[in-house]
Amino acid sequence: MNTVGLSGIFFDARVLRESLRLLGPGQQLRNPIIFVVWVSACLGLILSILAAFGMAVGQFPMVASITLWLWLTVLFSNWVQSVAMARGRAHAQELRRSQPQGLAYRLTAPHRDAPGEPVMVGDLQTGDWVLVQAGQLIPADGVVEEGVATVDESAITGESAPVIREGCRDRHQVLGGTRVVSDWLIVKLRYTREGTFIDRMVTMVESSQRHKTPTELALFIFLIFLTIVSLLVVVSILPISHFGAAYGGGSPLELIVIVGLLVCLLPTTIGALLSCISLSGLTRLGQHNVLATDSHAVEVAGDVEVALLDKTGTITLGNREAWQLIPAPGVTAQVLAEAAGLASISDDTPEGRSILSLVQREQGFAPPSLPATARLIPFSATTRMSGIDMAQEGRTVRKGAADAIRKHLQAEGGTWPEALDFEVRRIAGEGGTPLVVAEGQQVLGTIALRDKIKPGIGERIAELRKMGIHTVMITGDNPLTAAGIAAEVGVDEFVAEATPEDKLALIRKYQTQGKVIAMSGDGTNDAPALAQADLGISMGSGTQVAKEAGNMLDLDADPTKIRYIVGIGRQILMARGAVTSFGLANDVARFLVLVPMVLAATFPALDALNILHLGSPESAILAAVIFNALMIPLLTPVALHGVRYTPARPTGLLRRNLIIYGLGGLLLPVAGIKIIDLLLVASGLF
Amino acid sequence: MTMIALAQLLIFTGLLLLLAWPLGLYMARVFSGERVLLTPLLKPVEQAAYRLMGIDPDQPQGWKSWSASLLVMSLVAIGFLFLLQMLQGWLPANPENLPPPAVHSAINVAVSFITNTNWQNYSGEVTYSYLTQMMGLGVLNFLSAALGIVVLIALIRAITAHGTGHLGNFWVDLVRCHLYVLLPLATLLALVLISQGVVQTFSPYTKVDTVIAHAPADLQTGHLETLPTQQTIPLGPAASQIAIKQLGTNGGGFFGTNSAHPLENPTALTNLLQTLAILLIPAALTFTFGRMSRNPGQGWLFLGVMLTFWFTAVAIVTATEQMGSPRLEVLGVDQIASSEQPGGNMEGKEARLGIGQSSLWAVSATVTSNGSVNSMHASYLPISTAVIMSGMQIGGPVFGAVGGGLQNLLLFTLLAVFLASLMVGRTPSFMGKPFGMAEIRLATLGILLPGAAVLLGITSSLLMPGLTDHMTNGGPRGFSELLYAYSSAGFTNGSAFAGLNADTPWFNLSLAMVMLIGRFAPMLAALAIAGYLAQKSATVDERNSVRTTTPLFALLLILTFIVIGGLGFLPAQIAGPILEAVLLAHPEAF
Repeated sequence: MNTVGLSGIFFDARVLRESLRLLGPGQQLRNPIIFVVWVSACLGLILSILAAFGMAVGQFPMVASITLWLWLTVLFSNWVQSVAMARGRAHAQELRRSQPQGLAYRLTAPHRDAPGEPVMVGDLQTGDWVLVQAGQLIPADGVVEEGVATVDESAITGESAPVIREGCRDRHQVLGGTRVVSDWLIVKLRYTREGTFIDRMVTMVESSQRHKTPTELALFIFLIFLTIVSLLVVVSILPISHFGAAYGGGSPLELIVIVGLLVCLLPTTIGALLSCISLSGLTRLGQHNVLATDSHAVEVAGDVEVALLDKTGTITLGNREAWQLIPAPGVTAQVLAEAAGLASISDDTPEGRSILSLVQREQGFAPPSLPATARLIPFSATTRMSGIDMAQEGRTVRKGAADAIRKHLQAEGGTWPEALDFEVRRIAGEGGTPLVVAEGQQVLGTIALRDKIKPGIGERIAELRKMGIHTVMITGDNPLTAAGIAAEVGVDEFVAEATPEDKLALIRKYQTQGKVIAMSGDGTNDAPALAQADLGISMGSGTQVAKEAGNMLDLDADPTKIRYIVGIGRQILMARGAVTSFGLANDVARFLVLVPMVLAATFPALDALNILHLGSPESAILAAVIFNALMIPLLTPVALHGVRYTPARPTGLLRRNLIIYGLGGLLLPVAGIKIIDLLLVASGLF
Repeated sequence: MTMIALAQLLIFTGLLLLLAWPLGLYMARVFSGERVLLTPLLKPVEQAAYRLMGIDPDQPQGWKSWSASLLVMSLVAIGFLFLLQMLQGWLPANPENLPPPAVHSAINVAVSFITNTNWQNYSGEVTYSYLTQMMGLGVLNFLSAALGIVVLIALIRAITAHGTGHLGNFWVDLVRCHLYVLLPLATLLALVLISQGVVQTFSPYTKVDTVIAHAPADLQTGHLETLPTQQTIPLGPAASQIAIKQLGTNGGGFFGTNSAHPLENPTALTNLLQTLAILLIPAALTFTFGRMSRNPGQGWLFLGVMLTFWFTAVAIVTATEQMGSPRLEVLGVDQIASSEQPGGNMEGKEARLGIGQSSLWAVSATVTSNGSVNSMHASYLPISTAVIMSGMQIGGPVFGAVGGGLQNLLLFTLLAVFLASLMVGRTPSFMGKPFGMAEIRLATLGILLPGAAVLLGITSSLLMPGLTDHMTNGGPRGFSELLYAYSSAGFTNGSAFAGLNADTPWFNLSLAMVMLIGRFAPMLAALAIAGYLAQKSATVDERNSVRTTTPLFALLLILTFIVIGGLGFLPAQIAGPILEAVLLAHPEAF
């Protein structure tokens, strides 16, 4: 989905039109560096006109060429901006299209018998009335206008008992993604939330210049500082050259050379690419179906050091599975398996199914065809056991929680072997759930259940560790159970028996240690923690409150996606680092090459310092202006795609970046200016 | 560079470190309010001073109140020195009956001494009474040095503060700085200087009979020129002022020729001690920083950065001067050092000090904001001139003014950390404290404004008609005179290149303006940054921020102040010393 005609975007008519539209002074003022280039280009235009009429401001071809390239510099910078914006818009539209589609029945008025029509969920808007009948999903959050219904909200709140929703004050809120179990409701959609998020993203893309992150702002301040220094240099060079011409033996500098010099000294590359880098961060998150609700979030993501992971839903699946049969003394595994299988036939819970599949797998148990007299005892939450009574064979088989079976045995007149207590405690201690199997008055053995770990989660956590992220598992389980799972999946730390308040306290604790925390959540009670965390990723399936609290929204509701999010954040930061290092080094190199070269017009003796053997001060300036302008489109791919992130400590990274981008940035302009100068001289025009 | 010069330089560096280390730790104890050797003696005086000034020494100040105290103190001092100069004709201790100077000159001097610049548009012996020298210039030598130190102390406190927003008490630091640091050190140094023959007297100038009544006969005409038989020897309370002029990076000499004058700097020992005194407190403050911030490694890094730049500069200047002028070489003049002659470029240098000691002093006094001289900077070869001037133009992070130097280095450090953090994609933080836009804006302003003021001063002077009438030399050297004057003022150095007659209303007033900006812009920026930092707690994990104690960071820091501080001056340097160097090396280009 990231191929939204991107190659086309570069030369899209709208992009090109927009680049031209951005040439207006109002648009330019947003970026002070490019604004100075724009002013210089305007000045160049005036000088070109004067030169064309033979006024003494320099040779027309030279003045006009420099002016032309100054305008191209401005245009390139606009173009980069437009490309980034177009990409952002394209992805937003893609996201909007990719929203879960389905039909909803939209009414024209909030009455059961009002006329209506089926519409696509994606087309619904805030304020629409929809009729939701038994078995249907409520398409978005909203308020009940009419009707009374039971609603299953377990998917979102985790509360398994259906709740009643009706039009009265305290029960009228319904959640998108929940299912009406009985009756019907007319819901007035308060938000089609994902739509709003996408709208917000589009707004952010289009107005990116106005919302800069703190680091970006600081960088801009620094760039303005460099701009002022460049202006000062240029302002001081003019009187120096006029004063110096008296003793230097040359002539004062021409205005167009000064104008060109100014633009060459400005950090134009960084100025032009900076906002594009942040924009591309938003876009690339979008490719992973993640929406950032503020532009700062992407940057924060790059700094994340600690990730809080909810055990349930992130590390384990919601239910447990049987994995071990432990026969009691004197009982064979075969016998235990057969009894366990029989007792689980009537257990439709995932745990029951997992027992059946375990005994089939390990002992070849096949459910027998049951005689009509057999009475199945289904699993229920109150008895916490299931089983079967087979009157013909005189068998009563039960399996269930330890204390439930103990009561059952006492009722049957059997005895509970003390050794079993030890076994039960051992399984619980290892993080499992023990179930006991009994037939008649005898205990046959235990079945150990354990959390079903999500496939591949270990690798993902290892990946996070490789990125230098400290993982913390949060669970409501007891410490022993939690420790078992933590060891198995390899998280760095776990918090057992955690309450929502504990989560908040944990985040605060890490924050006072200066750590940047990411957490994901979907429940309403996660909201305070999501808001407190530096990076709060709310799940697209989550409640409205949770979505409001986070600063990113994951439409796929995949909590392990945090590794992509952090990766993108870091790539963005790295790209900015690379462009900044490169741009600053470029600036220094241009400075060192051009200033002596330009002053050689006033002080011909300085030709001795022209070790690059550039053609003339004018050709050197033109070459530098051309090089400067070309750097913008050449570096655009880096800005749009980011720099490959390699996990490293800041100091190691600094060394590498200084060598690659710093040194490279110093040498490249020297070579580039020399080559362009050679071509200019060879062209014979100058 | 001769082996002797190199050996002298190395021994000097060793001596400097040996003295700076204990002094730095001592100052840390003083400003932390810990007990020191002098406490029993000075505590009663200190307490009396607080009572007299009506100060509660336990009352901490935020950055605004702190800065207000600083500005009030400075304004009062400027007014005081201005009045003292204007009234000196009616005041006692004026044996030579010297009249008050011109108003613009008095304003320049008042500003110059409170900004720790001590730019001298006058010769002390023919301008100021003993009272003005001692009560005015001498007192402000102490005060301006102390102001610089206490601002740095406030900044260090802010870096280590735990979110309190407090910078300590300005008045307490000021009193302690005088009582425990500057006065004892200056007394000690003055006594040694007196023992070596530096004058310290209230007697009027004496007249002596000259030894030679005639100049040597003109060889061609045989004409004998009669010379004056009597010479006036200016005297005065010099030693006390020279001690603080060196210790407090003030640099304003008692006599016009500064430390080239035999009564200011009579012996090899006084020369060594004065050179040491120039660098002593700025070097010691890096140890104070390390101790007070509980991060000695950071202090060492700062010292290392300073030493590296300073050592390189001294080596370049000494080597350049020792090589001599390429023009003379073309003419076949022997410029090689030998037992017969020092060799090299001896023009403008004291024969008793030689190239090594002169170059060491010239660089030390210009990288610091001291600005005293023991040789004529205008007579250095162009490459040396370029190095000496860039010592000022990088913006004083290398030793610099007492306090002000490390303060500016810290501003550059924030910028370097910011750039490094951008390069690796981390939120910038220094010593565990995160910082952002506000601090960067202030740091860039503090660094930018002095340089901008200097460039604007030069530019507007170039547009003044009749500028060349004030210059002794034409061509690039004349331009260097102008460049040097404004650089010296803007970076609160105060040394003079000589050659430029700067005692005119335009120069006096524009240079005064440049000095005010050069001193107070970085100071106030540093204090405001201190205000922000003091409100934060150190929360950032060391491992996740750019480490500021590595050689790599030291390199980046040096690059930062050379590029950011110095690049703006490249065109001016090219039009001055660099052009001159090219012309010297390529005589055919004339």
